[in-house]
Amino acid sequence: MDFVTALFVFMLSTFIGMDVIRRVSRLLHTPLMSLTNAISAIAIVGAIILAGPQHDQTSNILGAIAVFASTTNIISGFLITDRMLKMFKKKEPGK
Amino acid sequence: MSLQTIDLVYLVSAALFIFSLKWMSDPKTARNGVFAGVAAMTLAVVGTLLRPDITSYTWIFIAIVLGTVVGVPLSWVPLTAVPQRTALSHAFGGLAAGLVGIGKYYLFLHDGDLTAFRTGAIVFEVALGLMTCTGSLVAAGKLQEVLPTRPVTYPGQNFVNFSLIGIGVLIGIALVVNPALTFLFPVLIVLALAFGVMLVMPIGGADMPTVISLLNSYAGLAAVAMGFVLENKLLIVAGALDGSSGLILSIIMCRAMNRSFTNVLFGAFGQVQAAAAQGEQKVAKSATIEDAAQILENADRVVIVPGYGMAVAQAQHRVRDVFEQLTKKGINVQFAVHPVAGRMPGHMNVLLAEAEIPYDKLVEMDDINPEMSQVDVCIILGANDVVNPAARHDKSSPIYGMPIIDADKAKTVLANKRSMDPGFAGIENELYVAPNTLMLFGDSKVVMGELAKALSGEGGGH
Repeated sequence: MDFVTALFVFMLSTFIGMDVIRRVSRLLHTPLMSLTNAISAIAIVGAIILAGPQHDQTSNILGAIAVFASTTNIISGFLITDRMLKMFKKKEPGK
Repeated sequence: MSLQTIDLVYLVSAALFIFSLKWMSDPKTARNGVFAGVAAMTLAVVGTLLRPDITSYTWIFIAIVLGTVVGVPLSWVPLTAVPQRTALSHAFGGLAAGLVGIGKYYLFLHDGDLTAFRTGAIVFEVALGLMTCTGSLVAAGKLQEVLPTRPVTYPGQNFVNFSLIGIGVLIGIALVVNPALTFLFPVLIVLALAFGVMLVMPIGGADMPTVISLLNSYAGLAAVAMGFVLENKLLIVAGALDGSSGLILSIIMCRAMNRSFTNVLFGAFGQVQAAAAQGEQKVAKSATIEDAAQILENADRVVIVPGYGMAVAQAQHRVRDVFEQLTKKGINVQFAVHPVAGRMPGHMNVLLAEAEIPYDKLVEMDDINPEMSQVDVCIILGANDVVNPAARHDKSSPIYGMPIIDADKAKTVLANKRSMDPGFAGIENELYVAPNTLMLFGDSKVVMGELAKALSGEGGGH
């Protein structure tokens, strides 16, 4: 993938991101942020690519630490988002 | 699996990430968004694990297990601690990006593949990632109150910060122009780590919503840079989604405070207060719980304005009791939420949702303001600057021009506060001494609890 292709992908996804996020209800900004926390842990892809192959040991260790940090974000990010979203109810809960 | 098949898996994953955010537009579909996100992430991880060049899985699996062990309890934090948790996870995200960048740099160097383009991308990734890491740790420390929440400033601070940026940029350029200057790379690492701390230390608690959003954006951009380094489109797409989300949230936060990015980052709000306690000192009137209950019982329409004080006192469940008692008496109760109330975007909404207050009772500032003069009673609950009328008319006030909830236009204002101390920004609030304001001094949780009791006890004279 050359530099310009990468820039194209970046530009287009930024536009999509801007447009999609703008429509997110203000009520949900806190869950949105924990969801994007989890999404930015996509860094785990890079971490695995660094941790997995047979090369210099130091790189593998750095990669493994990065896998750990990203997994923490993925797990806690998705779980807490769901926990918060479950609380948003429209009608009075029938007590 | 061949790299081409993996790219197809990534394509599906990217589409699911977009749907995940799209479904967040409405509370009804939002939970589907989480499922889409989980599916997208699973595809991304499994696809990557199946790459032909991944040969040793031991460390990866140990890291994933450890990450899960730490991640699960992190999702159980009380909702009042969500801002700290968010800051902490930005720190983890930044750390991951920074470490991958460092590892890749030395691998490329070792293999002789270090082109100018790759160096440039790595410089961005490492600088953004590590700066986000330490900056977020400081933010989390301030939110947890292990570090001073007030802005920490010293003379020449902006000069030092701009010099750090300048040196960092020069080193980055030098590395790109001449990739052989490898000894500069560790310097860049140290600078990025130091700059993160310097950047967030002078920022005070009330500006945290903006700073957290900005750090969110940086974490996303670090992932984008990683995508450039690894030539991975999925990283670029997901990183860009995250980056734009953080950016939009920071813009919303800045607008809601009528301030610019530079002002938030370098203004050290709340520090340079001209102690202008001018004119005659008006005295605030205080009311008893019984008075307040009586006033509320005779109202038709009540608006509650929650602020950080409600979060600190964990008063949201007592607020719900008051809400329930009033609703039972046929009184229309709504909650007016200012965009920057609390310590992160949407903080108050989540706390009120936790207390099972239906979300259609939560109204935004712009929707409630035109109706404020028809409101009988407005209860201010640990909010301060966001209801300070000085923002509308007092040009000398540091918050002049900030959009506020026009609480003062309600017929009666009941303001709950712990004491008469000025709020975070150290600004006097004339609302508390206004003729139609009655103060309810005390801890929000206690006051709301007693108020609910008083409302239920008297059986309604409405």
